[in-house]
Amino acid sequence: MQLEQSIRAELDRPGKDILLMTHIVLGYPSLDINREVVRQMVDNGVEIIEMQIPFSEPMADGPTIVRANQEALEAGTTVRECLEFAEDMCKEHDISFLFMTYYNILYKYGVEAFFKKAKEIGIKGFIIPDLPPEEGEEFWALASQYDIAPTLIYAPTSTEERMQELAANARGFIYCVARKGVTGKQTDFDASFDQYMARCRRNTSLPLAVGFGISCRDDIAYLTGKADIGVIGTATINLVDDKGPEAVGPFIASLR
Amino acid sequence: MQKPGYYGQWGGAFIPEVLYETFKELNAAFTAAKADPAFWQEYVDLMATYSCRATPLTHADNLSRHFGGAQIFIKREDLNHTGAHKANNVMGQGLLVKRMGKKRVIAETGAGQHGVATATMAAKFGLECTIYMGEEDVMRQRPNVFWMEKLGAKVVPVTSGSKTLKDAINEAFRDWVTRMDDTHYVMGTVCGPHPFPEMVAWFQSIIGQEAHQQIIKQFGSLPARVYACVGGGSNAMGIFQGFLDHGEVELIGVEAGGHGIDSGQHAARLASKDASAGVAQGYHTMFLQNDDGQMMDTHSVAAGLDYVGVSPILTDLWQQGKVRFEAATDQEVMEALELTMKREGIIPALESSHAFVQAYKEAGDMEADEAIIINMSGRGDKDIFTVAHAFDDPSWKEFIIKKGAEYAA
Repeated sequence: MQLEQSIRAELDRPGKDILLMTHIVLGYPSLDINREVVRQMVDNGVEIIEMQIPFSEPMADGPTIVRANQEALEAGTTVRECLEFAEDMCKEHDISFLFMTYYNILYKYGVEAFFKKAKEIGIKGFIIPDLPPEEGEEFWALASQYDIAPTLIYAPTSTEERMQELAANARGFIYCVARKGVTGKQTDFDASFDQYMARCRRNTSLPLAVGFGISCRDDIAYLTGKADIGVIGTATINLVDDKGPEAVGPFIASLR
Repeated sequence: MQKPGYYGQWGGAFIPEVLYETFKELNAAFTAAKADPAFWQEYVDLMATYSCRATPLTHADNLSRHFGGAQIFIKREDLNHTGAHKANNVMGQGLLVKRMGKKRVIAETGAGQHGVATATMAAKFGLECTIYMGEEDVMRQRPNVFWMEKLGAKVVPVTSGSKTLKDAINEAFRDWVTRMDDTHYVMGTVCGPHPFPEMVAWFQSIIGQEAHQQIIKQFGSLPARVYACVGGGSNAMGIFQGFLDHGEVELIGVEAGGHGIDSGQHAARLASKDASAGVAQGYHTMFLQNDDGQMMDTHSVAAGLDYVGVSPILTDLWQQGKVRFEAATDQEVMEALELTMKREGIIPALESSHAFVQAYKEAGDMEADEAIIINMSGRGDKDIFTVAHAFDDPSWKEFIIKKGAEYAA
């Protein structure tokens, strides 16, 4: 319940109509730069950060994040280093940190050992895009045991029946994928998107995060009132590539 | 109770949520087709008239004499249309695509055989077709790229990861999550999320059904052993299913030993001790991965065997002791290929030659009243560039240099 409570508490603050969740790929371009990027994000008001532990087969990601995963691994980034880095971040910054990764990283580490470690560190939730509720009985039991929110994903292809099934398993928030496809491409917001968001809202009482193709102030403005959390992923990775980590702070500040 | 899509603890469907409805539809279409005898009959008729089924079972009498042991029989999947067993699966899935009313197919390919087969099916059934192929495999199997394009398919070289088969699979999934409404992903092997392992194994079971009848007719009894190469495992599953209910028939899967099991440069998941259980590419099986769960680079002279995972069905059979796994090195493969060409006038693909290696190692120690079957999954003339390079053939090199100069002029 921890993650949902922190989200609700933030949303109750005056003037906070939408929260920001950002994404970093650990080890890309380096853990040192990740550290600086996180500092800039936190200083400029980001409420939640998802830290992606790189995986060699990032099936649900688009070209930018695929390349970031690959380069992080080529630079020798290990799961242990990612955990140590995450521990530092949770100590230094008073916001919610999540792990985003693929199931094999947990599986190989030992699913229970991974939950235990994440709890010790202070991680509040997991986003595992290749673990549907049907496959993770052990995972769901451990998530409640360790009180780490197993967030789940709604997609524009999800039926209302499926949304309810997912809502029954999810905790923290629901990550609504704004469109079909992989991360990093622009999303068109139109009437069908609004209908989709209404469908999401009808089928869960959890806060709604919206991600995939959210990259600017206009996008965040559009989402305000429809979603509780706007997710900025690929946009900051591109920004760090083009302009360096110091560009992240002003960019985040410009979003709301 | 066993969960659907599981073989022992292996298999499953670890899929992104956006594909949930697509898989639901696919499972429903497949279940209905499997329960409909008319569908299987349509498939068999198509394979008899468009491809070359039943493919022959050839008694290799020269090789049998050469080794002086078991009678060697070769199941000739090379004589299938497009030159490999891949056509079986592809034409079957093509019929399913027609039932589902989809207009576009995508596929991954390693050696290019599955890509060529899919492009062929798409041309015949009037479907749009995109093939994902690792950049390294595009270089290794250029002639297949040429044919895919000529057949009307779009070939997309994949530059991420190790630029081989696993990366092509990831890229095909990325396409599918974008265009699932009108697109079917024709997975080429008995891997990936359920229902693919079951579906591909079902279409490929036609190999084993035929081989079983043929060996009884031609030899009078069941074989002592059946050999098949194993990349993802579709040709092996195909032929093994004809004999799985007969415990006296030993089934042997042969993986890519590359530069040798001890070199670390191989693709032997079950024949080496280097693989461990994992979840990737939508399923749970034994993968060649490091302690963090990152997939390793694999190596084989045969692009079609150069893969980190293996069929969950085969992993289960291996665990139960129902299939023995061995590995053949690149060098042994070249020797077996040469011997097969010289003695029988048959050119197996580099992939298939792995099965020949293990059969040749064992045939001489067996009795003359025993038979073995080697599943020749595909023909080797597609590998002309790789084979000629591996043989370091001087007159071929001279030809390429001349041709290069001609094009450069």
